[in-house]
Amino acid sequence: MTTFVGQRLKRKEDPRLITGRGSYVDDITPAGTLWCAFVRSPEAHAKIVSIDTSLAESRDEVIAVFTGEDMQALGILDALPMAWVPPDVEVRNAPHWPLARGEVNHVGDPVAVIIGEGRYAMQDAAEDVFVEYEPLDVVTDIEAALQEGSPLVHSDLGTNTVHEWSLGGGDIEAALAEADVVVERRVVNHRISGAPIEPRGVVAEPRGTGLTLTSATQVPHFVRLFLALLLGESEEKVRVIAPEVGGGFGAKLQVCGEEILLAAAARKLGRPLKWIETRSEHMMVTHHGRDQIAYVKMGAKRDGTLTGIHSRIFADLGAYLMLLTPSIPSLGAFVMSGCYRFGAVQTDITGVYTNKCPTDAIRGAGRPEATHMIEVCMDQLAHELGMDPLELRRKNFFTEFPAETALGIVYDSGDYHGSLDRLLEHFDRDAFEAERSQAAANGKLLGCGFSTYTEICGLAPSRVTGPQGFGLQTGLWESAMVRVHFTGAVTAYTGTSPHGQGQETTFAQVIADRLGVDPANVEIMHGDTGTGPHGLGTYGSRATAVGGEAIVRATNKVVEKAKKIVAHALEAAPEDIEVADGRFSVKGSPEKGMTLAEVAGAAFIPDADWPADMEPGLEETAFYDPENFVFPFGAHVAIVEVDPETGNVDVKRYVAVDDCGPAINPNLIDGQIHGGIAHSIGQALYERIHYDEAGQLVTGTFVDYCLPSAADLPSFQTDRTETPSPVNQLGVKGIGEAGTIAATAAVTNAVIDALRPTGITYLNMPLTPNRIWEAIQGAGTETGGPS
Amino acid sequence: MITAEFDYLAPDSLDEALQALAAGGEDAKALAGGHSLLPLMKLRLAAPTLLVDLRRVPGLRGVSRAGAEGTGDGSGTIRIGAMTTHHEVSAAGLGLASAAAGTIADQQVRNRGTLGGTVAHGDPASDMPGVLMALEGTITATAPGGASREIPATAFFQDYLETALEAHELITEIRVPATDGWGYGYEKFNRRQEDWAMVAVSALVKAEGGVCSDVRVGLTHMASTPLRATAVEDALRGQPLTAESIAAAAEHAADATNPPADLNASQEYKRHLARVLTRRALAQAMQAG
Amino acid sequence: MPRVSVSLEVNGTHYDREVEARLLLVHFLRDELGLTGTHVGCDTSNCGACTCHLDGEAVKSCTVLTVQADGGEVTTIEGMGSEADLHPLQEAFWEHHGLQCGYCTPGMIMASADLLARNPDPSEEDVREALAGNLCRCTGYHNIVKAVLAAAQAGVPS
Repeated sequence: MTTFVGQRLKRKEDPRLITGRGSYVDDITPAGTLWCAFVRSPEAHAKIVSIDTSLAESRDEVIAVFTGEDMQALGILDALPMAWVPPDVEVRNAPHWPLARGEVNHVGDPVAVIIGEGRYAMQDAAEDVFVEYEPLDVVTDIEAALQEGSPLVHSDLGTNTVHEWSLGGGDIEAALAEADVVVERRVVNHRISGAPIEPRGVVAEPRGTGLTLTSATQVPHFVRLFLALLLGESEEKVRVIAPEVGGGFGAKLQVCGEEILLAAAARKLGRPLKWIETRSEHMMVTHHGRDQIAYVKMGAKRDGTLTGIHSRIFADLGAYLMLLTPSIPSLGAFVMSGCYRFGAVQTDITGVYTNKCPTDAIRGAGRPEATHMIEVCMDQLAHELGMDPLELRRKNFFTEFPAETALGIVYDSGDYHGSLDRLLEHFDRDAFEAERSQAAANGKLLGCGFSTYTEICGLAPSRVTGPQGFGLQTGLWESAMVRVHFTGAVTAYTGTSPHGQGQETTFAQVIADRLGVDPANVEIMHGDTGTGPHGLGTYGSRATAVGGEAIVRATNKVVEKAKKIVAHALEAAPEDIEVADGRFSVKGSPEKGMTLAEVAGAAFIPDADWPADMEPGLEETAFYDPENFVFPFGAHVAIVEVDPETGNVDVKRYVAVDDCGPAINPNLIDGQIHGGIAHSIGQALYERIHYDEAGQLVTGTFVDYCLPSAADLPSFQTDRTETPSPVNQLGVKGIGEAGTIAATAAVTNAVIDALRPTGITYLNMPLTPNRIWEAIQGAGTETGGPS
Repeated sequence: MITAEFDYLAPDSLDEALQALAAGGEDAKALAGGHSLLPLMKLRLAAPTLLVDLRRVPGLRGVSRAGAEGTGDGSGTIRIGAMTTHHEVSAAGLGLASAAAGTIADQQVRNRGTLGGTVAHGDPASDMPGVLMALEGTITATAPGGASREIPATAFFQDYLETALEAHELITEIRVPATDGWGYGYEKFNRRQEDWAMVAVSALVKAEGGVCSDVRVGLTHMASTPLRATAVEDALRGQPLTAESIAAAAEHAADATNPPADLNASQEYKRHLARVLTRRALAQAMQAG
Repeated sequence: MPRVSVSLEVNGTHYDREVEARLLLVHFLRDELGLTGTHVGCDTSNCGACTCHLDGEAVKSCTVLTVQADGGEVTTIEGMGSEADLHPLQEAFWEHHGLQCGYCTPGMIMASADLLARNPDPSEEDVREALAGNLCRCTGYHNIVKAVLAAAQAGVPS
């Protein structure tokens, strides 16, 4: 049957994008649009004593100014949503309003919004708002925030502790006690920005009794739901459109104050409103990711048999809890067993408030942190054991699938030896050792670092993640609607909301094969709550594994109906009809058949003896809630060169073998892997969100936040193995986050490997030249340099 | 982000531009390529009320060589118009100055940013001021009425973003001596290729019979102004040019420096970098010479 | 607000306009002319999403005042080729999956065009160096570099 699935088709999305004719949110300006600009706090923590908006309001262009006092006047009924209510766990949630009320808690906290004529004029007017602040004590360090007597971010909570959450399986104390060797490391996973190249933006447009909100979002349906709930609107009157979205990486998996506020103000003023985030705002107020300090213990017997892993995680959640903030570190806990048979696995998480921007999901969301801990500690442990790091891994790989970890999580399928074997076909370790010696002669340190990972994605089986399970206040199923038109052309609606992943192409390939048509005639619609059924959006590497299966199921329903129609028309039995060579034909009699266009024609113009129990038309909907997650995996190696004189790290080569099941379009998988690797090389070597002790953001623009460019990165070598997942009919697993999840550990291990001749045995990210140079200066001391 | 409002003039002659700047007083700024000024204005860290755009002023763009061209004695002078872009400087075959200009930021910035602009801005992290220190270049400043003065680079850069240029003056030309017979090296260290220099070192070496007859070393981002590493020069001048002598001289690279620390580099690290990069730049210069 | 007259050519069409002195070229193209293919991704001339050509050279149009382009010729992504008649660089980006979300893509193509005009046979290192001022978060640059090299191989008309 398959003809298009598996092919490297050029993307259907691209012609409009390469010609500059895509329509991103800033490209949309309805007639009569007013512009919005925000007045944001320069203070990390302060009481708002007064806000003087009179000068701004005296400007001719200014139509309205709102502050935190106006929430009621704007009809905003409640604070911004936080959607995680884990059973039996107290989560202390300080109210988070679209505009600060009485107190600001991090730099950039919005204090007022200025609305009026002109993009430029509103920025001027925002400078004319004078806010008097009474500074409060600031805490930015996560461990300091937990000390007795620390300044409190929210004094009424009486603590900076947000919550305590644990997940474990097996007796961790016993497992570590029976180990011959236990490595203990303090693993710092620093704060980063998602930094899509398109910042966020919102256009809110009142229409009759309803409201249309266009937003650069990954989750239009969530945004609609919360707009309705927070504004007291009936849900059908609210339409949310995710237009062309210029990258998300989790940064746009959010229900933002700006979305709620613009919608409310547009409703009140009866005018379209527009706000486009600046990059400076993005760095300051769009949620960050990572920012965890973990104390990891990993134990093994002398022969390398792993016994247990315990991670004690302190997660910096920033000043507020946004949509998923406190749940993010927990996502990693589910894969803390990695690819390995640990007898016991225990994760204990403490969420902490600080006077910094909230953290939330950024590409990988908890799983890069978990994998980093596991894979870095595997190398550390191997070294302590005097074992080859790959031998230690191989000795402990799960080999039988489905594989149940000590946590009770069941890995759907895998072939960990297979992906590592494939990796070593591309990377010759002996040849590398020769290169290493040669480089050493030239004063350069070469290192190689591996990461053999598995991750959990395809979010998610609702029974596991929902209110009675993990505690997310939503299902995480997905929807699809497949509509065959009169002429046999196809439009399909997906509840996912792709923003670069390419599902307009891959879903068309999937449908085309099943309906015997050309993908060119299959249009995939997404990102508009006004069309198609409710959907859950794009994040957590779910779009293909969950959304794709929904597409398959809806398409199968169409096929079933089409078979009935063909059977009726050709006087055959429906079970004798098959799709072959672009036709619905009778098995064994290929000359007897109909194209999809002919089937549609029959469905749209029922003949005289059309069966009474058969509806006309050809259109089906499916909702799919997966039975399990999917667990992509792979093996990566980074080869780095360290200049011991300057501490500079150059990634010379990076090889990745990933397995996300059978490929729908290999080009797009490669692309996801490339981007994921770059994101994590970025984190490991370049990127860091940094606040000073006063809570001022030091890395507030792309000048200081070092997103690497093409000139700073190598080309990547990618390959795949294909181990189908039994969870869905396509056999696919998510791939959007895999590169990010695997790569920080590979790079970190490579840098440590390179530095071992200097006496350094361990280092935390970011592996900046300054840090490495300092570590080399301090090497040979007890700590082996700063950690 | 966008700039605050300002008045704008694009005069057709140097004198009109100078008159306009003088009339505008302290809050008037000359606009060349705008790649130092406009980003600051967009972040509202600068808010001049008048921009005097020099794009129509004739005679400010281009590279020419005066004096004893081709004699090989290095006595000629290269004259670079203030409005000459970094790209044009990088393509002009000027040795050290071209090599350094080719590393500034990125292709697009080099297409717009100008030598006069970057010099007038006086950022100790930018490439060309340190290069001019090493080259012993001069900055020609012209005042209303056309009177001009030639300020040595060593006297021009006075503090962080502060130069000897008077508010009513414009840089019209940068002059550097031809360096025929000199070897040069440029070593820049930054985190990303498009970043400003964490530290950069410009080196010029003249060798006669294997001995360093003269040497000049300019340091970038090792103080609030670009510097000359005179201790390095003194240590190397007159010495045989060997890896050892260069390494020994380079050890003095951080003498009398006061590098500004930032998130990416401590003072101590920058001093170390200065020594390493100086050694490398001198080695390059020795090879090239 | 101080206004100035500008007269310039954009994608071969002549425009005479009166604009605010501070109007950035990128906003002139986008908001005045509706040429929204040129994007804005940062405040500090780092990301290059706003790259277009001014008098044949790639510039970051968020760091150029409209009035600085007075008398000049501007080419934007819309002037490079249409869906029916793609420029070889556009074709190569499509063929080699050199884009995902597409937001940085116009700037990447415009910067690459400048490179190929100056250096029709670049090495991978040349391409990477020329794109140092263009940031992408999706692709890791791998396929962008591949696309530019392929376009060079195919031969880009200058």
